[in-house]
Amino acid sequence: MEKLKFERPVINRISAGVPDKFGMGTSIQPISHIDDVAVQDLLEKYGSPLFVISEKTIRKTYKEALSAFKTRYPKVQFAWSYKTNYINAVCKVFHQEGSWAEVVSGFEYAKAIANGVPGNKIIFNGPDKSREDLKLAIENGTLIHIDHFDELYDIMAIAPTVGKVAKVAIRINMDTGIYPQWDRFGFNFENGEAWSAINKIMPDENMELLGLHTHIGTYITTPVAYSVATSKLAALAVRIELKYKHNIKYIDLGGGFASKNTLKGAYLPGSDTCPSFDDYAEAITSALNNSDIQYEHMPTLFLETGRALIDDAGYILGTVLANKRLVDGRRSLIIDIGVNNLFTSFWYEHHIVPSRIKQRDTEDTTIYGPLCMNIDVIRAAVQFPVLEKGDQVVIKRVGAYNMTQWMQFITYRPKVVMIDLQGNTHVIRENETHETMNSMDRIPGYLLDFKL
Amino acid sequence: MIKIKKDIAVSETGFLFDPNTGESFNLNKTGQIIFKQLAEGKSQSDILKSVLENYDIEDHVFHRYLDEFLMMLRQFNLIEKEED
Ligand SMILES: Cc1ncc(COP(=O)(O)O)c(C=O)c1O
Repeated sequence: MEKLKFERPVINRISAGVPDKFGMGTSIQPISHIDDVAVQDLLEKYGSPLFVISEKTIRKTYKEALSAFKTRYPKVQFAWSYKTNYINAVCKVFHQEGSWAEVVSGFEYAKAIANGVPGNKIIFNGPDKSREDLKLAIENGTLIHIDHFDELYDIMAIAPTVGKVAKVAIRINMDTGIYPQWDRFGFNFENGEAWSAINKIMPDENMELLGLHTHIGTYITTPVAYSVATSKLAALAVRIELKYKHNIKYIDLGGGFASKNTLKGAYLPGSDTCPSFDDYAEAITSALNNSDIQYEHMPTLFLETGRALIDDAGYILGTVLANKRLVDGRRSLIIDIGVNNLFTSFWYEHHIVPSRIKQRDTEDTTIYGPLCMNIDVIRAAVQFPVLEKGDQVVIKRVGAYNMTQWMQFITYRPKVVMIDLQGNTHVIRENETHETMNSMDRIPGYLLDFKL
Repeated sequence: MIKIKKDIAVSETGFLFDPNTGESFNLNKTGQIIFKQLAEGKSQSDILKSVLENYDIEDHVFHRYLDEFLMMLRQFNLIEKEED
């Protein structure tokens, strides 16, 4: 007689009524394939853990966002926010789709140029632009978004030496009803600081004010905040026209659209609460269309959307290292994906699932990364199926900010692989090795030898 | 020898109720099989033998499963104080 398959015995306490901190106990759908490529094959071929990018999802998401805006307002231009994910292949997909580049440092600027983006299609944001950065940006006709008065004075001084008119915009911070109000970047709207910066730029013949920019925050779930921001920028544009007979060429609403990830402490999953691109587009374009800007001078709308365009396209795959019981009896699962690779686990309850389920039962589980660090928690409390050492897990929606903010800590950073539209896989970033890490160290001669 | 507390009721679907605390629990299929044998007073080695006869599982794997399962039963206070 053939023997029966034996599943791991499980007992779970039933809590009445409301979902507890381990969630609703909804059924868990494994992810065995990404764009028809088997998770198991990916891990076998490229090692574990592994970041995977779906090119199909990037292009689809981008087209959705663009169409939400274009159908309401024809003059729209996206600029890819490099800091959100500056793996070159990812940037190139966005550039192929028509996106310009938005950068916030000399490093990112050099990356965009090396990726082939023309200097005059780069938006240069941020509080840290060196004099050399500014000089290069002026030479290249880059759109310099001025953050503070010291930068404004730098440009005033540098532009005449370059012999070119600097193309500038100012970053403006304002009250849009969002808490906390971001007031550390740019010039304030309400207290007149922005207006006073404009009054310094306009008479200076070495600067041309092309645009007005704001970035009101990130993961903004209330589209109406964007209506407020748009109306305020439009009002400034009108005021500039009145005083200087000068028409602003563009208004840049920055980034900040929420992705479908669930914030820590949120009661409902992000996939239920995240506004759609249509919601944001409606808020922004109706504020523009209803503004007092003259019809023939309607500005181009720039958007620097980051996380909402790339989060869904990114996955990280990993492997179970061990099962453990905590002293209070809870199951803990140790996987090879740690907070070193998954920086966003500090703010998101990441959606993690097994690549396949051998057994339906779930248990209250804490999921830890592999680091020797107490903070290395991927999920503090989740209903999770019972897995064994060697089983594989998939974390969804990790495309934004992880492949830039990841830390080289305790171990090497993994490979990043892109699945193209035909289902072929390409390594788009190599993993670090002992050689890569050691090649940067320098040892003073007197420390070369020792005896133990 | 492990003894399950006396007045604990288990339904055929694996629903378990502890009248002492008012708490209820769910057992999966294999959880039910083991729990039933423990409640009947079977020893761990008896249970091991019967499972190995009928199921496709390695000895050491089952030991790990069983240890862990017993730990959970202890955790949930479903076992009589053990004398050593
Ligand atoms: C100036 C600027 N633009 C765009 C972004 C992208 O923001 P998000 O990822 O929230 O869309 C950021 C992010 O911090 C930013 O600082």
